[in-house]
Amino acid sequence: MADQELRDAIAEMPFPELGPAAFTRPPSLSEAVVAIVTTAGLMRPGEKSWEGGDSSFRVFDRAERDLIVGHVSLNFDRTGVAADRNVVYPIDRLEEMAGEGVIGSVSRRHMSFMGALGDLSTVFTDSGPAAAKMLKDDGVDVVVLTPV
Amino acid sequence: MCTRVVCTLAHVMEAAGLATVALPSNLRLAERMRPPRALYCEFPLGRPLGRPKDPAFQRQVLDTAFALLDRPEGPVLEKFPTVIEDEAEQPLICPMPPRYDPSAPAAVDEAQSLRPAWERTHAAQGSTQVGRVVAAAKIPEAVGAFVRISSGTPWNEAGFESEAQLFQTVMDIRTYYEEAAMALVDHVPAARAAESWLYRSTETGKVLRAALEALKSADPPLSPAVNFYFVPQSQMKQALS
Repeated sequence: MADQELRDAIAEMPFPELGPAAFTRPPSLSEAVVAIVTTAGLMRPGEKSWEGGDSSFRVFDRAERDLIVGHVSLNFDRTGVAADRNVVYPIDRLEEMAGEGVIGSVSRRHMSFMGALGDLSTVFTDSGPAAAKMLKDDGVDVVVLTPV
Repeated sequence: MCTRVVCTLAHVMEAAGLATVALPSNLRLAERMRPPRALYCEFPLGRPLGRPKDPAFQRQVLDTAFALLDRPEGPVLEKFPTVIEDEAEQPLICPMPPRYDPSAPAAVDEAQSLRPAWERTHAAQGSTQVGRVVAAAKIPEAVGAFVRISSGTPWNEAGFESEAQLFQTVMDIRTYYEEAAMALVDHVPAARAAESWLYRSTETGKVLRAALEALKSADPPLSPAVNFYFVPQSQMKQALS
């Protein structure tokens, strides 16, 4: 139940004025290009590690699998992703779904932010829109968003 | 914290013309932030798809999330029916390997003696989560740096150049121990069970706690973040077993 205490501790944290939610109608899932955007702080071995407050994002090719969860927080389980990347970054599940025709195809690129951010203004006004534009330019229709 | 970023990105990306499905891990935040489509999954933090090495379960989560794309309007927030809790209060019980070099500090020797177990996990997985700033071969040396810090050596004289390096080194040590533990018990532990083993039952757990106490009054001083990046909040109130 350690997780529930952590959930309760941050439940009332502030966030930007988001306005009314936009609502985009996607094409049929069986025709949609799907990308993963995670806030796990994914990184490649040897790459500069993430630091607290970093609002940037990193981009990963569809075929990349040797990825580390570089999120700076100690306050979540790490053994699940050590055993199976898909529990955070379900890239192999998407490939299977594309192979079965459940989704149209897997995006050629996917992204990671790092979720330990107090100030969300950069994500809201700068890095988030930049990531969205990159995905749009790649022809992505649907984004699945995973935290840690 | 991640749910705040996930929900913010959902709004931003939807406004840019992408259809999003979010898997928030904090129900209250999702209710307040109202992303366009969200499937709240009450799974352990760090396991947003629920169960490692269970493709069928992960597919069930994704299928349920993608089904939200059929809704004619939003925002929509649904709960995944299965709840999975962490097991921080049931620490792993690991059969520890024998001492490797009794002349070394106990924590350093312990880290070295766990290397074959870590290697087994590495070989089985074909990958590792160790390596943010320290490779596995250097973990015993890194533990030694924290032994010195806990004995009063200033952190910038113990081999560290920045706070970020200090904190990410802790993460690499933790991951090394947890990956070794996976081989020692020969299964994927329940969430936080290996974390509780490290911080409550091992020599290095004692060293990390002692280093945190030393660093609270460090010179040069560290930011308040030191209170969050050495010992998980879930372990702060726990005495060593």
